[in-house]
Amino acid sequence: MANPQTPDWETLAKMPAFHELLAAKRRFIVPATVFFLLCYMALPVMIGYFPELMKKPFIGKVNGAYAFAFSQFLMTFILAAFYMRTAKKWDAMEHALLASIESKNA
Amino acid sequence: MLSAIQFTPALGMFLAFVALTLVITWFSARKATGSASYFAAGRSIKGWQNGLAVAGDYMSAASFLGISGMIAFKGYDGFMYSVGFLVAYLTVLLLVAEPLRNAGKYTMADLLAYRMSPRPVRAMASLSTLMVSVIYMIAQMVGAGGIIKELIHVEFAPAVIGVGALMLVYVVFGGMIATTWVQIIKAVLLMGGAFALSWLVLGKHDYSMTKFFAAVAHADYAGTTVEKNLLDPGMKFGAAVNPYGPLDFISLALGLVLGTAGLPHILVRFYTVPDAKTARVSVAWAIGVIGVFYILTTFFGFGAATVLPIESILTPEGKENTNMVAPILAKALGGELFFAFISAVAFATILAVVAGLTMSASTSFAHDFYSNVIHHGKENRPGQEIRVARITAFFVGAISIAIAIAMGPTANAAFLVGLAFAVAASANLPVILFSIFWRRFNTGGAVAGLATGLASAVILIILSPNGVFGKTGAIFPLENPGIVSIPLGFLGAWLGTILTKKDPESEAKFAELNFRAQTGLGSEKAGSGH
Repeated sequence: MANPQTPDWETLAKMPAFHELLAAKRRFIVPATVFFLLCYMALPVMIGYFPELMKKPFIGKVNGAYAFAFSQFLMTFILAAFYMRTAKKWDAMEHALLASIESKNA
Repeated sequence: MLSAIQFTPALGMFLAFVALTLVITWFSARKATGSASYFAAGRSIKGWQNGLAVAGDYMSAASFLGISGMIAFKGYDGFMYSVGFLVAYLTVLLLVAEPLRNAGKYTMADLLAYRMSPRPVRAMASLSTLMVSVIYMIAQMVGAGGIIKELIHVEFAPAVIGVGALMLVYVVFGGMIATTWVQIIKAVLLMGGAFALSWLVLGKHDYSMTKFFAAVAHADYAGTTVEKNLLDPGMKFGAAVNPYGPLDFISLALGLVLGTAGLPHILVRFYTVPDAKTARVSVAWAIGVIGVFYILTTFFGFGAATVLPIESILTPEGKENTNMVAPILAKALGGELFFAFISAVAFATILAVVAGLTMSASTSFAHDFYSNVIHHGKENRPGQEIRVARITAFFVGAISIAIAIAMGPTANAAFLVGLAFAVAASANLPVILFSIFWRRFNTGGAVAGLATGLASAVILIILSPNGVFGKTGAIFPLENPGIVSIPLGFLGAWLGTILTKKDPESEAKFAELNFRAQTGLGSEKAGSGH
């Protein structure tokens, strides 16, 4: 731990660098979450209420239903990869923030 | 009974797996000293290892046996479980894994108790953890009983009891380190089995994707039934089969995508790694492994319907033998030895997942309920918490065994797991998210959220077509409660908060929790904490 005594969390939580970190996370996480939930929930809605449309052939014998389901796997892999990349930037911000707290305490 | 056991290759391979894992357990038991070691593997598991262990915990009997069976009989609609099980990891990755690791110690309740009055919150969280774990465990036990019956020709009930007894050895003696390694070995074996099985299925179709999908689109169970297109949706959730089908499907999907992030045995895994960054890496690994596995269910699920005669996958009474499709497929394509391998893998899977579940349930009871609720967070004697966890493991195991035997071997494991997800999504996820992200959230809200989510999910299951009133008398028309119980869980947590008075302490602590959860300052370190 950076500080052997109990840190003053209220003061820490008011640091501009912390707010920048929170804002940066929010900018990615909120839209990404809305996107994947909508994308995923569209699957049961389409399957359940537009089955004839989804049964139409997509590529060869593969129909729209299977293609849409398969695209969910790709969506998950790609979004996870984006998250891992973006999170590296947060790590750098977090590192700088914690270093500045440590230097103040020293 | 014992005289009926024959020494088959399957039994041999299974015994080899048990021997290997028991050696690991023995080594872990010698290394494990203190609570952080027993409950959280000393927080020293590497990212890729934990990723495999998460995947191992997750790719349960339900996934392997239940889903392949469901796809073989219901086609596309069964495949929907595969999709939901994977996408759910985005919820874990984006919203839960890192804050949880930063702010907790051993259980999900640590995060909740951080800001709230610890005793009521921990008591409720512990109850909900036990509930989810027991339902999930019953699903595994049901699968286990069926497979052992095929494997060594032991009846369902003694088979289930045998699994329970073995699982207790891992948990009681080895704790989290042993459980983690059992998961890792099992995940590797399962992936190997899934690849091999898929490859053999593709071989039946000249290794051509085009021919494979053409066969699935005209599936006739090796010429024993009329053709049907298994790629078409609707055989289970279609409006033609059941007027509530589409709504039930949406309800299931919600439960799956939101439930994983509330599964106690998955959440405890993130305490076994040194920090939040490693927790993140382990989720990424898990997504890779789990994603590939569920894509492969395409081959050994749909594929079964193209190569297996229908009678071979029905029970003698003519019921769908859903949990046995994958092993029977292995026997048909790869012969006796491959059947032995797949059965041993399936069995190992069950054993490992049951051990993981028991571990998380008993950790929660010992750490949350016994230490913190009854003894106000003070351990009377060193090692007391571990002792209570070991005793709890016995009881949790015994209860699950009893219910599994009562339900019998034909209950579909994937369906039962779907219910566990719905309970986790309704009770656990709302309070986890509100604790991390909502300043005003207080004790009243946490208790109300857990209670409404848990109660509504359980009551709706009881009133559902699978509940006490059966298909005709069901009061609640859906099999999956999620679409009602998840919003109720959130609503309960929200109402409980705004109807009770503001809690300045909880709000003050929010600054601390928020800072710690988002930066990792002061989080539990590797090798620390007793």
